[in-house]
Amino acid sequence: MKKTFILFGRLMKHILRSPDTILSAMVQPIGMMLMFVYVFGGAVKSSLPDGVNYVNYQLPGILVIAAAYNTSYTAFRMFSDKEKGIFNRFNSMPVNRFSALWAHVLVSVVSSIFTLLMVFAVALIMGFRSGAGIVEWLSVTGILVVMSLALTWLAVIPGLVARTIEGASFFMFPLIFLPMVSSAFAPTETMPKGLRIFAENQPVTPIVETIRALLSDGQAGSEIWLALAWLAGIMAVSWFFALLAYKHRV
Amino acid sequence: MSEAAVKIKGLKKSFKDNEVLKSVDLEIRKGEIFALLGSNGAGKTTIVNILSTLMKPDGGSAEICGFDVIRNPEKVRRHISLTGQFAAVDGILTGRENIVLMAKLRGIKNSAEVADSLLERFSLTEAADKRAAIYSGGMTRRLDIAMSLVGNPDVIFLDEPTTGLDPEARIEVWKTVKELSKNGTTILLTTQYLEEAEQLAGRIAILHGGGIIASGTLGELKKLFPPAKKEYIEKQPTLEEIFLSIIGAKKEDDSL
Repeated sequence: MKKTFILFGRLMKHILRSPDTILSAMVQPIGMMLMFVYVFGGAVKSSLPDGVNYVNYQLPGILVIAAAYNTSYTAFRMFSDKEKGIFNRFNSMPVNRFSALWAHVLVSVVSSIFTLLMVFAVALIMGFRSGAGIVEWLSVTGILVVMSLALTWLAVIPGLVARTIEGASFFMFPLIFLPMVSSAFAPTETMPKGLRIFAENQPVTPIVETIRALLSDGQAGSEIWLALAWLAGIMAVSWFFALLAYKHRV
Repeated sequence: MSEAAVKIKGLKKSFKDNEVLKSVDLEIRKGEIFALLGSNGAGKTTIVNILSTLMKPDGGSAEICGFDVIRNPEKVRRHISLTGQFAAVDGILTGRENIVLMAKLRGIKNSAEVADSLLERFSLTEAADKRAAIYSGGMTRRLDIAMSLVGNPDVIFLDEPTTGLDPEARIEVWKTVKELSKNGTTILLTTQYLEEAEQLAGRIAILHGGGIIASGTLGELKKLFPPAKKEYIEKQPTLEEIFLSIIGAKKEDDSL
C-alpha cells in the first residue's frame, strides 16, 4: 500500500510538471462544449422541449468525452513506462507487482476528477444551473468516479498492448465519437432509424440521461440501473483483460 | 552458504515455437564481474529477466544468493538490482528524485543522504536537480547504475549497459563498472561487444544456440583456440583509437 502511494506520488509529479498534457485534456472537451452550445445550440434547441437549458442538456456528454480524453493520457503514461523498462525496474525490486499498475489507475482517476471539475466550472460560467440536492450530487459524483475508473481500466489495455505510442492513445477516438451518436447532444427522435436504434442502445445514452436527470429534476428512474450495469460490465471486462495484459506484457 | 552468487542449472525458455534457452548452466562467484557474451537474440536478456524474477522459466532452476527465483522471488528481489537494456530513468523527475524514489521503494529511511552520496560518486552532483530527460546518454546510464546501487544489492544485472552509447560514454560506463566490482558487488554483464567483455570481465561465457558453448577467463578461452601463429604485421590504429585521439586533441585545444 505504502509503496503504491510512493509510485502514485511519482506519477502525480508527471502530471504537475507537464501541464500541457492536463491542459489539452481539458481544452478539447471544453472547446467542444463551446462549439455545441454556441454553434449548434440555437438550432438544436428548437427540437427540445420548451424551457430546456442547452448548457445543462449537453453537459453530461461533454463529461463523458472529458473522461475519455483524460484516459488517453493514462494509456500514454503506461506505454512509456513499459517501453522504458520502468515497470521492469519496479517489478525487480521488493515492491508488490501490482503496485505500479494501481498507481497508474489511481492517478488516472484523480486527474479525471480534476478535469471533470474544470468542465463543471466552465459550464457554470456558460450558464449551467442545477437544482439538484445533496443526494443527487452524490449520485452524480459516484457515477462519474465509476465511469472514470471503468474508462481507466479500458485504457490500460492499449497502454500495455500497443506497439506504438499513437496506437496506445488511438483507442479513445471511438470513445469520443460514441457520445455524438447518442442522446448526449441532440434528441434521438430526429435520427434515421438505424442510427436511432444504435443510439438508444449504446452505453453512453443511459449514462448521459441518468446524469442529466439527476442534475435537473432528480428523477433518474430505471435509467440509473441500466447506466450502472453498463459501467459495471465495461469495468469488469476491461479489468479482466487489463490484468491479463499486465501479466503477459509487463 | 556456497560461494556462488548466481547458480543456473538446465534453464529452459521458449517463446511460442522459438526455443531461446535449451539448457543453460552457469555459476557466478561472489564478487566477480561475469560477462555473458552473445549476438542479438541469443537469449541474454531472457536470462537476465528470469534471474530478476520478471519472467518464469519453462524448466531448470536458478538461484541467487541461495534463494530460488521461482519459489522465493521476494527474497531474491532484496538481493538484486536490474539495470535493463534501456536506461529505466524517469525523465520527468530530476536525477536526485530518481535516486530518492528508489530509496523510498526499498524502504530506506535516510534517502536524502543516500542520494547525495550516490550523486557524488557518479559525478552527477551538478546535474542533480535538473530533469533527467536532458542528461546525455552517458549521464543517463550513470544515473541508471546509481539507481541500481541504492540499498547495496549483492548482485547487479547490467543488460547491455553500453549499447547505443558513443565511445566516450562507453568508456565512462566501463570505468563505473570497474569501480563497482572493487566494492565486492557481483556483476552479471551482458554484451554483444567482445571488447567490452575483454575490458571488464573476470570470466566470460558465450551464449549461442540456446546454451553456453564456452566459458572461463579470457586466458582459458584463448587456450581453446589453436596456438597463435607468429606473424609480423603493421599495427594499424582502430577507428575507435583514431576517433578518441582526435576528440582528445580537440578537447585540449578547447581548454587552451
